[in-house]
Amino acid sequence: MTEGTENLVDAAASADASSRRATVWEQLVRNTSVMVGGAIMALMVLIAICAPLLGTMDPSDIDPAWRNKKPGTERTLTADDGTQSTWVYLMGTDTLGRDTYSRVIYGAQVSLAVGLIVAVLSLAIGLVVGMVSGYIRWLDGIVMRVMDGLMAIPGILLAIALVSLADAGLVTVILAITIPEIPRVVRLVRSIVLSIREEPYVEAAISVGTRLHLILIRHVLPNTIAPLIVQGTYICASAILVEAILSFLGVGIPPETPTWGNIMAEGRILFRVFPHNILFPGIFLAITVLAVNMLGDGLRDTLDPRMRKRL
Amino acid sequence: MFGFIIQRLLATIPVLGMVAVFVFLMLRLTPGDPAAVLAGDNGTPEQIEQIRQSLGLNEPLLVQLGIWVGNLLQGDFGQSYFFKKDVAELILLRVEPTLALAITTLILTIAVAVPIGVIAAYKHGTWIDRAVMAFSVAGFSVPVFVLGYILIYVFAMEVKLFPVQGYKEISDGFWPFLHRLILPSITLSVIYIALIARITRASVLEILGEDYIRTAYAKGLTPSTVLRKHALRNAAVPIVTVIGIGIALLIGGVVVTESVYNIPGLGRLTVDAVLGRDYPTIQAVIIVFSFVYVVINLLVDLTYSLLDPRIRY
Repeated sequence: MTEGTENLVDAAASADASSRRATVWEQLVRNTSVMVGGAIMALMVLIAICAPLLGTMDPSDIDPAWRNKKPGTERTLTADDGTQSTWVYLMGTDTLGRDTYSRVIYGAQVSLAVGLIVAVLSLAIGLVVGMVSGYIRWLDGIVMRVMDGLMAIPGILLAIALVSLADAGLVTVILAITIPEIPRVVRLVRSIVLSIREEPYVEAAISVGTRLHLILIRHVLPNTIAPLIVQGTYICASAILVEAILSFLGVGIPPETPTWGNIMAEGRILFRVFPHNILFPGIFLAITVLAVNMLGDGLRDTLDPRMRKRL
Repeated sequence: MFGFIIQRLLATIPVLGMVAVFVFLMLRLTPGDPAAVLAGDNGTPEQIEQIRQSLGLNEPLLVQLGIWVGNLLQGDFGQSYFFKKDVAELILLRVEPTLALAITTLILTIAVAVPIGVIAAYKHGTWIDRAVMAFSVAGFSVPVFVLGYILIYVFAMEVKLFPVQGYKEISDGFWPFLHRLILPSITLSVIYIALIARITRASVLEILGEDYIRTAYAKGLTPSTVLRKHALRNAAVPIVTVIGIGIALLIGGVVVTESVYNIPGLGRLTVDAVLGRDYPTIQAVIIVFSFVYVVINLLVDLTYSLLDPRIRY
């Protein structure tokens, strides 16, 4: 079979794709959900990256003399050369005298990192497993039974159980949150593969002798991108929540690390007197998750109009 | 119909089998001697030896799996060395609070989510619709425990309407029992209401575009009759399906809510078991929750033909 015919088919497909891409971009800019969610997310990422510059102190700096201060408490600091400056505990301090504001700001780093890494990891693993499962018939049955089994265990429960198997730490937590997310991605990718393989242009590609891996990369993969981006944002939102839940329950990232869940877990003890240690990280957590979810909804509406009809 | 029930029942066996294999493998994949891990941090050599004997840990892996599943089928979940009790007994003691919390949450969810979803669809495009959708997105984003503490702070500490935390058994009287469940149920139901309201709105909205809805209005039926008897009835299958799938959210939420409100249920047991590295209990809790989840979704499937007589098997 000639290379020429094959290239022609591909050229037609990519020309079609690029003309669509331009309008999608315009649609994204016009979508309020995408813009608001995206703006808040960008702000959170900025906060996380610039944490040391935002008037914070060392988030794990323990100061027993300044334990359990209400938000807004002022403190006069004397530097080595005798000059005095005022430090305001914007969000108060916790039971160990650590500055809650600094901990919340630094906490954004962990939360966003966990959300992003879990989303990328589960998409990558799910994509490979889903494509293989959708294209290799004899594997399909086995893979899908395993996925059904995994999906039968409620996600948070599975994550909690997985965390208990290894030493507490960032890597353990990320893996424990990723594994329950994988089956949904596999199912999504597999369903796309199954529908795409029946499309005339895939048949055309097969008939001109395109090899399997090229069909998967050139024809199947591009069709999975939009739904996967949408799915990825939802996974990111849920991962941020689950990380906070695990840390809050005391089974997640070690308590020294400032994460929103850990700050709240610590704040539980004296919640009745000092609710700020739960309130502030809670607000940050809720706003971040809300922003990611809004971004996901907006992306779904613009990138994946079929899903919009369903939900 | 009968054939379908049998077929559907048989289909749950491989799923539950996979769950059992996962839970079995989980412990085998952890570093260290499974018997020592099961016995916990303070296990004595005699206890470890006893576990090794009862689980056949000197046998090949497949035989071990067989023994383990055989024990499960007889309701033997092993011994909790952390709580010093039979795991099966431990779980039975904790079922009541969790069941009570789950049922009140489910009732509350359906009572709120379905009506607001239907109204949002009926008032499509108005501020009511947008408010319901906004609530739905927000409900998905507020962490269960943050909401729990906010509700405790407002309704139990500032306005002293409810007890702060704790649980009373139903045998202590119905009102004290219910009184302590109200805040936890509201907390737990928010994410679930967000999910169901969204699905209700979407499926009712789709039905409202059908010809028979126009016909129903044309023959002079009131909007409430049209919505209840024509729209909701036809939209019921996807709603009930999502109620079933949402049980996973509910189970996850139970673990958190019980910790926030200090309710001695299965969710609390799960957290305590993980903190105490009590693997027999962790394994049992996963099996029990997954079993409940699968069975509820089986029941949901079986209600389809009741809800929609057009579906026949």
